[in-house]
Amino acid sequence: MGKPPKKRSLADKVRKTKTSTQIKNNPFEVKINRKKFDVLGQKSKHDVGLPGVSRSKAINKRKNTLLKEFRLKNKANKFVDRRFGEYDTKMAPEDKILKRFTMERQRSQTKKDLYNLNEEEELTHYGQSLAEMEKMTDMVDSDSDSEEKGLLSAELTAAHFGGGGLLRMKTGEDGDYEEKPRSRQEIIEELILKSKQEKRERQTQKEESQELTEKLDQEWRSVQSLLAHKTPKSERKDEPDKPKMDDYDVMVRELGFEMKARPSEKLKTPEEVAREERERLQKLEADRLRRMLGEESTSKKPSHMSADDLNDGFILDTDDRKTLSYQDGQWNVDGGEEEEGEKNEEDEDDGGEEENEEGDGGDDDDDADDDEDAEDEDDHSDLDSEQGSGAEDEEGDEDKEEEAAPAKAALSEEERRAVQQAAKEELPYTFKAPESFSDLKELLLGHSVEQQRLIVERIQKCNHPSLAVGNKAKLEKLFGFLLEYVGKLATQSPPELSTINTLIPQVYSLCQLFPASACKVMQTLLSDGGHSMEEAVEVKGRAAFPGLDMLIYLKIAALLFPTSDFRHPVTTPAFLYISQALTKCPVSSLESVSAGLVLCCLAVEFVSLSKRFIPELINFLLGLLHLAVPADTCKDYCVVSPFRQQGKASKLLLLCDTESSSSWSRKPIPLTSVHRVTASTDLQRDHHRLSVLDACLDLVKRCATLYRDLPSYDQIFQPIRTLLTNHLPVQSYPPALQELQREILEAIPETPSQHSPLVFDKKKPIALKMLQPKIVEVLDYGKKRGNTKEEKERERLKHKYKKEFKGALRELRKDTRFLAQAKLSDIMSRDAERKRKVKELYGSLATQEGEWKALKRKKRK
Amino acid sequence: MAPSRENSVKQSETESCKTSSKKAINSKTELILQSRKHANEIFDVLEFLQSDKQKEVLFAIAACQKIFCALLERGDLYVGQLPKEEEIVEGDRDADEKYHIFVRHRYNDCVELLLENTSHEVFQVKEAALCTLMKFAAAEGKHPLQKQEWSEHFNFPIELVLAVVRCLLSETEDMALLISRFQEFLEMDDVRYYVMSSIRDNIAKIMDKNKQAVLPVYQTNVFTLLTNITMPSKSSDITNFLIQQETNQEDWKAAKLKEHRRAFEQMWLTFLKYKLPGGMYKKVLVILHDTIMPHMSDPTLMIDFLTAAYDVGGAVSLLALNGLFVLIHKHNLDYPDFYKKLYNLLDPSVFHVKYKARFFHLANIFLSSSHLPVYLVAAFVKRLSRLALTAPPTALLIVLPFVYNLIRRHPSCRVLIHRPSAADELCNDPYLMDEEDPTKCHALESSLWELQTLQKHYNPDVSKAAKAINEPLSRQEQDISELLELNNFELMERDLKSQVQSVPLEFDPASGLLQSTREVLGVHFSLE
Repeated sequence: MGKPPKKRSLADKVRKTKTSTQIKNNPFEVKINRKKFDVLGQKSKHDVGLPGVSRSKAINKRKNTLLKEFRLKNKANKFVDRRFGEYDTKMAPEDKILKRFTMERQRSQTKKDLYNLNEEEELTHYGQSLAEMEKMTDMVDSDSDSEEKGLLSAELTAAHFGGGGLLRMKTGEDGDYEEKPRSRQEIIEELILKSKQEKRERQTQKEESQELTEKLDQEWRSVQSLLAHKTPKSERKDEPDKPKMDDYDVMVRELGFEMKARPSEKLKTPEEVAREERERLQKLEADRLRRMLGEESTSKKPSHMSADDLNDGFILDTDDRKTLSYQDGQWNVDGGEEEEGEKNEEDEDDGGEEENEEGDGGDDDDDADDDEDAEDEDDHSDLDSEQGSGAEDEEGDEDKEEEAAPAKAALSEEERRAVQQAAKEELPYTFKAPESFSDLKELLLGHSVEQQRLIVERIQKCNHPSLAVGNKAKLEKLFGFLLEYVGKLATQSPPELSTINTLIPQVYSLCQLFPASACKVMQTLLSDGGHSMEEAVEVKGRAAFPGLDMLIYLKIAALLFPTSDFRHPVTTPAFLYISQALTKCPVSSLESVSAGLVLCCLAVEFVSLSKRFIPELINFLLGLLHLAVPADTCKDYCVVSPFRQQGKASKLLLLCDTESSSSWSRKPIPLTSVHRVTASTDLQRDHHRLSVLDACLDLVKRCATLYRDLPSYDQIFQPIRTLLTNHLPVQSYPPALQELQREILEAIPETPSQHSPLVFDKKKPIALKMLQPKIVEVLDYGKKRGNTKEEKERERLKHKYKKEFKGALRELRKDTRFLAQAKLSDIMSRDAERKRKVKELYGSLATQEGEWKALKRKKRK
Repeated sequence: MAPSRENSVKQSETESCKTSSKKAINSKTELILQSRKHANEIFDVLEFLQSDKQKEVLFAIAACQKIFCALLERGDLYVGQLPKEEEIVEGDRDADEKYHIFVRHRYNDCVELLLENTSHEVFQVKEAALCTLMKFAAAEGKHPLQKQEWSEHFNFPIELVLAVVRCLLSETEDMALLISRFQEFLEMDDVRYYVMSSIRDNIAKIMDKNKQAVLPVYQTNVFTLLTNITMPSKSSDITNFLIQQETNQEDWKAAKLKEHRRAFEQMWLTFLKYKLPGGMYKKVLVILHDTIMPHMSDPTLMIDFLTAAYDVGGAVSLLALNGLFVLIHKHNLDYPDFYKKLYNLLDPSVFHVKYKARFFHLANIFLSSSHLPVYLVAAFVKRLSRLALTAPPTALLIVLPFVYNLIRRHPSCRVLIHRPSAADELCNDPYLMDEEDPTKCHALESSLWELQTLQKHYNPDVSKAAKAINEPLSRQEQDISELLELNNFELMERDLKSQVQSVPLEFDPASGLLQSTREVLGVHFSLE
C-alpha cells in the first residue's frame, strides 16, 4: 500500500522537470480516445488525454486544499499570516515589498501629524504649495508674495537648526538677561504661537491688498468710461463683479446662447401660422377619415385644442398654450390663460404704463390677436367648405376674408365689452362649482342669457383642473349638470332654446377637457332614452316620438363627437336611437311629423360626411311624402312601419286648400313645433304643411346626392320616384317646391344603372414553398428529447444535473480515497518513526550494555 | 276639526251599521241552522244578497255558503224532480218533505242570485259568488240532488257548471279577471271536462242566436277562458277531482284523457268555426302550435283554419306558418305551392312586425332542406336582400347571416356573390321584384348588390356583416337563433357597455346649437 504514492511522487518529480510538449510526445503518457464516427466539422477536445498529468494535477490540488483542511480538522487555533499580499500569488514579490513599505510609511505618517503645524498635509510642486499656486490664478498676481515666501526668519532657523553659538550669545547679551533660561518645551510652544500669528497677519495683509486692487480696478473703469466713449448700456450697468472676459469667451458664450434661443424666437409670418393651422386641420381630417373607415388606430389621439377659439382659450393645455403664444409676430404673454374680456379690462386699468414700457401697447396686441382669431376661423370654415365641395379656390377667399375680418372682430369686440361692462356690476367673479343639479339651477336661474353663459364660463375658469386637486371631478360633474339643465330648458314651455344655444360653446369646451366623462354622460342619456322607448315598444308595440330635450341631446352629441366614425361610443348609439325612433314611433299628428323631420335632419347631418346608408331615413321620408298623397291606395310603392298604406293619419300633410300655396314663403320651422304646432287657422296649418314638405323634399334631394354612389341607388329611390312622379299633387304646390321636385327627379335616373356582377376580392397568391433548410436552434448536443422548447430545456437541465451529480460523486470518492491514503501514510510514517526510535533505543541500550559488559570484563581482567 | 269629527261619527255609524248587519246575518244563520222553525229567516238572508252595500252582500254570500253547505250535508234538500212551489200545498206530503222542498227552492233562488252577482260591479263580490257556487257544486257532488240512478255524468252537478260558464262568458262585460280566478277550479279534471263541454254548447248557442256575427267581448271572454285551460298530457295526470266517485271511477268520461282531448278539440273547433275579430286571429295563431294542437286528438282538423289564415296575408299568414309547419312536419300535410306562398309573404313589413323572430326561425327551418331547387333558394336570397334595403339594423343582423346560411347550404347559389365569368360586364339587375313566381324572377342571374350597398350601412355591425361577401364564405353555418330576439336597445348597449380607452372628439369648435359646419337641421328649423 505504501508503494503507489511513492511511485507517483517519483513520477511527478520526473514530470515536473519535463515541459508539456515533452510529455505530450511521450507515448506512455498519452491516452488516445478512439472515435466511433468522424463528424465533419466537429471539433473534438478530448481525442487525446494525458491521464498522468491530470492525475497529478488533481492530487496537487487536493494537497493544497483538502489535505490542509484535514490537517486543521479538530484544531481550535490556527496560524494566519496577515502580511500584505502574503497569499496573493499573482503579485510579484517586489511589488509586495514596495506596498508593504508604503503602508508602513503611511502608518508612521499618522503619528507625525501630531507635530504638523498646518494641520493638514500640503501638496507641493517644486517645493511650492499647490494651494498657493491655485490662489495665484486669482486676481492677485503681484510677485511681492513670493519674495516673502523664501525668507527664513532668524528665529526660525535658530529654532530649527539650533543656530550658531554666536547668535545665541548675542541675544543673551541684548536683553532678557535676567530671565531664566526657558525650557525647551516653552520655546517650542512660543515658536508655534509666533508662526501662527505670522501666518494670520500674512493672510489679512493679502486680503487688504486684494481689496485695494479691486477698488482701484473699479475706479479705473469709471475713468475709462469717461475716456473712451462706450455704449450707454455698459455705462448704466453696474456689474463690475464679473471680470471682463476675453473677446473669445464672449463670442463663445454668445454663440452658445444664440444657438439655443433662436429657433423658438423665430417669428412666424401669418402665412406660416395659417399653413400650420391648415396642416393641423388636415391631420385631424385624415384622422377622422381613418376612423370613418373603421381602421384601428395605433397612434395616440391628437388633442383637438384649437388655437382660434376666443372663448375657450383658457382651457388649452399648457404645452399647447406655449406654441400658440406667438401671434402675429408678438409674444402674447397672457394669450392662453386669460379670457379675452378680462384682458381688455386689465389693459384699460393700467394701459398707460404698459404702453410706455412696451411701446407697442397692449391693445394693438389684442387687436392683432383678434385678427388672427377671426382669420383662423374663417380659414378653418373655408377649409371645411373646401372639403365638402372641393370646388372653391382657397387662396383668393382667404385674402378677401382677411380684409373683412378686422372690422367684424372690432364690432363684436365692442359689443362684448358693453355686455361685460353691464354684467360686471352684478356678477361675482368667482363661483363655486355646483355640487348638484339644483345648485347649478339656483346659480343660473333668473339671469339673462348672456349672464348665464358668463356664469358657466367663470365656474369653469375658477375651477380649472390646474388650480386645485378636486377641480377635475367638479368640472366633470358640471358637464352632466349642464346637459341636465339643457334638457330642463328644452322641456319647459316655452322652451328656452336661445339659452341652450349660448351655452353650447361651454358644453363644447368642457367636453374637450374631459372627453371620457362627457362620453359617459352622453351615453347615459342615450341609454335612458333608448331604454324607455324600448320598454314602451314592448308594452304597447309603439312609442311616442322623443321630446325636444332628446332631440337637442342628439344634436349636441353631433356637435361634440364625430358622427363619421365607423364606430364611436356615443354616435353609434345615437344612430341607433334615431333609427329606433324613426321605425317605432307612429306619426299621428303634425307635432310628430315635426319631431320625425327633426330626426331626419339629424340623420342626414350625421351621415353628410361619411355618406353612410340609413334605410330608416329613406323609409321615413317616403312615409312623410305619402302623408301628402291624396289617393287612398297606391299599389306601386309601399310604405313600411311606422307608416301605414292607409289609415286615419294618412292624409296628415294633404293641403286643405290648394290656394294657400300661393301665399306661402319659405321660412324655417320653429323647433318648438315638436311640442306644439301653433298654427290655428287652416291657412297657417297649410303653410306649416308646405314648410314640412319643403324640408322633406330638400332632405330627399340631399339623400339623393349623398347616396349617388351606392350600387342599389335605383332600388332605394324607386319608391320615392314613383311617388313624386305619379302621386304627389305637385301642381298645387308653390314653385319652389315644384323646382325641388324636378331637381330630385333629375337626380334619380329613370333607367336603372348598370353594375358589374359581384366577385370576391382577389386574394393574395400564396407564396411558394421555399427550399431553404429549416434552422433549428441546438441547445445541447447529444440525445434530444422533447418537442417544445420548454421540454427541451427541461431535458437539457435534467441531463446536466445528472452529469454534475455523477461528477460530484466521483470527486467525493476520489477525495475520500486521497484522504485515506493520506491517513495511511501518516500512520505508516508514525510507525516507521516509532520503529526507528525503538531501534535507536535498542541500539543505545545495546551499546550501553555492551559498554557495561566491556567494563565488567575489563574489571575482571 | 268639526268636519273630521263628523266624518268619524259617520264612519262609526257606517261601521256600526256594518257590524249590525253582520251580526244580524250571523245570528240568522245560526238560527236557521239550529232548527227548522227559523227556516223563513232564509228569505232575509237572501234579501241581503241583493243589497246595495258591498259588505252586506259579501256577508250574505258567506252566510249562504255556510247555510246551504250545512243543509246539503244534512240532506235537508229535496232530492229528485222538484215540484213547483205552488204544488207543495196540494200534494199530500208530510211536513218533512214540505220543508225539504221549501229549502230546495230557496237553494235554487240562492243559486240564481249568486249567478246574478257574478256580474256585480265589485270584483270581491264576483269572486265570492263564484267561489260559493263552486262550493255548492262540490257539495252537490257529494250529496246529489238527483236520484242516484245511473247516468253518464254520475253525480256531477252539470247544470250548475253550465250556469257558471254561461255567466263567465258574458256578452257584455270583460270577465278576464274572474276567469283567471276560475282557473283554480279548472285545474280539477272533472270541472275542466264539464266546463269544456259546456263552453262548446254555449258557443254554439250564442253564436247561432247572434247569426254568426262577430261579438268581440264575448269572443274575448271565450278566448280568455279557453287559454286558461291547461290540458293534462298523460292519462295518469288525471287524479284531481272536485267530486270523487265511489264507484266505477274508470268508466266516468271525466277520468279519461281521450274524452278530455275530444272535448278540447270540439271546443276549439266550435270556437274557430265562427268568424273571429281581427286581433283574435293573431292571438289564436300565436298559441296554436304549442298549446292547442298537441292536445287535440286529431290536429289535422285544423287544416282548414290554418290554410284560411295563411291566405289572409300579412302578419296573420306569418303566424299561420307555425301551425302549418307542425302539420307538414308531423302529420304529413301536403301543401301545394307552399314555398311560392312563403316567397310572397316576404314584403318590407316582414322586418317590422313583432313576430319577425318567429318568422325567421320557421323560414330557417323550411329552407334548411338541401333538396330545394337552386332557383327557389336564389329567389329567396335575392328577395330578402332586396328587402333588407328597408330594414332596421336589428332585422339586418338576422337577415344577413340568414342569407349567408342559405348560400352556404346551397353552394350553387354562390354565383349570387361571386360570378367571375362575367366579372367585367356591366349589366342591369335582371331580378324582377314584382314577379310572384320564384321560378320566373331571374334571381339566379342577378348579384347581391344590395349587400354591397349595406356595406355602407351606418351601423358598424351591419356593415361588418355585409362585408363578408367580399371573401369566400366560411363553411360553418352561423347560428342565428340568438340573434332572433335581439332588440334595438340591446344593440345600443353593445356600444354603451364596451370599454373604450379613447373617445375621439369633434375638432370643429361648436359655437351654437344650429351652427355646425354641416348644418342641416338649422336650414329647416329655427330656434324660436
